[in-house]
Amino acid sequence: MQLTAKHHEYWNKNLVITAILLSIWFITTFVVGWFSGELNNIVIAGFPLGFYMNAQGSLIIYVGIIWYYQHYMNKLDFEYGVHEGDD
Amino acid sequence: MNNAPKQSNRAFFKQLQGYYSWYTGGFFAFLIVLAICEQLGMSRATMGYIFLFATVGLYAGIGIMSRTTDASEYYVAGRRVPALFNGMATGADWMSAASFIGMAGTLYLSGFDGLAFVTGWTGGYCLVAMLLAPYLRKFGQFTIPDFLGERYGGNVVRSIGIFAAILCSFTYVIAQIYGVGLITSRFTGLEFGTGVFVGLAGILVCSFLGGMKAVTWTQVAQYIILIIAYLTPLIWLSVKHTGNPIPQIAYGGALAKVTAREKVLNADPKELEVRAIMKGRADIAVAALKEPDTTFTKEKAGLEANLSSLKAANAPAGQITKAEKVIADYPKDLAGAKSRWAKEKGLAVRAEPIFPHAQPFKGKDQAEKDKSRRNFLGIVFCMMIGTASLPHILVRYYTTPSVREARKSVFWSLFFIFLLYFSAPALAVLAKYDVYHFLVGSQYAALPAWAASWAKIDPTLLSFTDFNGDGIVQLAEIVLGTDIIVLATPEIAGLPYVISGLVAAGGLAAALSTADGLLLTIANALSHDLYYKMVDPSASTARRVTISKGLLLFVALLAAYVTSLKPGNILFLVGAAFSLAASAFFPALVCGVFWKRANKWGAIAGMIAGLGMAMFYMVRTYSFFGGVPANEWFGFSPICAGVFGMPLGMAVLIIVSMMTEPPRREIQEFVEHCRYPNLESDFITKRS
Repeated sequence: MQLTAKHHEYWNKNLVITAILLSIWFITTFVVGWFSGELNNIVIAGFPLGFYMNAQGSLIIYVGIIWYYQHYMNKLDFEYGVHEGDD
Repeated sequence: MNNAPKQSNRAFFKQLQGYYSWYTGGFFAFLIVLAICEQLGMSRATMGYIFLFATVGLYAGIGIMSRTTDASEYYVAGRRVPALFNGMATGADWMSAASFIGMAGTLYLSGFDGLAFVTGWTGGYCLVAMLLAPYLRKFGQFTIPDFLGERYGGNVVRSIGIFAAILCSFTYVIAQIYGVGLITSRFTGLEFGTGVFVGLAGILVCSFLGGMKAVTWTQVAQYIILIIAYLTPLIWLSVKHTGNPIPQIAYGGALAKVTAREKVLNADPKELEVRAIMKGRADIAVAALKEPDTTFTKEKAGLEANLSSLKAANAPAGQITKAEKVIADYPKDLAGAKSRWAKEKGLAVRAEPIFPHAQPFKGKDQAEKDKSRRNFLGIVFCMMIGTASLPHILVRYYTTPSVREARKSVFWSLFFIFLLYFSAPALAVLAKYDVYHFLVGSQYAALPAWAASWAKIDPTLLSFTDFNGDGIVQLAEIVLGTDIIVLATPEIAGLPYVISGLVAAGGLAAALSTADGLLLTIANALSHDLYYKMVDPSASTARRVTISKGLLLFVALLAAYVTSLKPGNILFLVGAAFSLAASAFFPALVCGVFWKRANKWGAIAGMIAGLGMAMFYMVRTYSFFGGVPANEWFGFSPICAGVFGMPLGMAVLIIVSMMTEPPRREIQEFVEHCRYPNLESDFITKRS
């Protein structure tokens, strides 16, 4: 079928949120990972920050990213009328 | 609006919830009964057998109850697995023996640098969630080569997909079966080979009878066991050392104490003495290895001359027997002497001071540290991209009822995986706290009970040598294997043996569930993609399922046979599977959804280039294939092969696609079909 302008808008919004969340993912993983030594100079509750970010902090962020993505997209489906009828 | 399936999906969810609540309750009751039996004097071996046969029997029971010959049930569990349960099943599918038993030990031994696996094996789910899962679900067929075949058209792409899927799944499954054999033999006293086949029987009953349907419901059951088994002893250990039952928060204090203790031990005169002895012996060995022939003759002659001079001088009998013993212990031939020196040379590593647990990027100088940093990020990169490319994980998202459930399901998957990975760093630090404070400094005559018993059971896991002969354990005198941390935690925490049995059952569940998913992926690639799609498209569904079952049996036996040859180290096998998958699949899958212009020729060239590069790099650098580390580029270790393979595959895919003509109109419509959860013109029904 011919896609409508609304369909394109839906896809663009999807691309935007994906790009934003992937940037957060990239920074959490690679930028924080690269500077772990420097971040270790900050110590919170016994945890050096660089160590904590790689051991646990980044994991919390990953879970958050995926939760937000599914929440956002499942709402967007309804707004743009491309949601599935069942389930 | 269609209300009927809505009702039935919800009712199904409630029903499952009921089953698994009863199951979890029943499992706790089983543990309590066994704990009582232990108090009444049941032997450890009996308990090992009960755990082994009760859990394997349970998985087999679920397999028998879910037996099926229906294609949709067999390949994708009828596409009605609710998000939450699919998440648990994916968690079990994902967490292998290496994660369950090896991870905490790796973190103990490598400190910060081991965290590459923690972030690498979780962060990849972000890519799965946003780049692949919803689109694959919408596509809604049976396998990953299926998607590649439909998207790019033609059997060539599909064939490369089949080859790559089998290659990485097979590499991975060998590591799993190895783990099954190890755990079974350790806890029941069965021989390694027998252990492999007992475990294999458990794997097969399940996937053989009911395919994906049986595997899914078994994996949910296995997840529940493995997470209980991982967290119970850890919480106990945390209460023992910190008084706080939430180890993930409490271990900060323990980490600070470990760091302080590292400094003390690094300056301890006794430790320095032991390290000096080790260094000395290593130096002698290095010198000896330079001129092995002359050293061997000279040393041997020297010992004999010493003995005869003692005899001539009429020395006391004690001295003479001692000298005779030294000669008897000395290697008989040059080869024996060489291997002994090589071993002694290895002491140099143990003579090095402790590298602080929380400090990143191990290395003596800046160049080595930079290399560690590159490898750390390289491993993270390969593990993450590999996560988003491994076929046995991606097919799990075909099994949910809808695109919406697929998205939620990735969230639940990571959540359930997170519960274990979030805890592993805490376990490593708490175990280190115990070793540094209680094991180090204890008398050889009065070792802590857990250490004494494990050192007796298996010296590769734990061994001590009193180098300086002072009768006290120094840190440098302890050798730990990675698996010991998880296996010994219940005893370190002072828990009864029933919990050790539980941990073994958890490890077994982790290995079996992953092996199940992998074997199914291999068998389906052969029966569905190769046989049905390429050889005989008119085959009936019953025939396809029968063929798949036959292949499953064959592949399982082949994998068990290869495992019995013990081909190298588990961590390398697992890492290699990830790098290969990342290089072969990731570019073609992601461009397949996000770039309509990607075409058949681009995909063919990209997949071959990526996979070829990854294999080439491993062969050139990994010793098992005759490679040498000198061939490494920028110092990346062989398991980081995907660092070169994936970007090359992506570049080749893009360049070749641009140079050839764009895909047909139907293919472009196919991509649009995958992008929207519901389009009026959808040509493949959602519940196909």
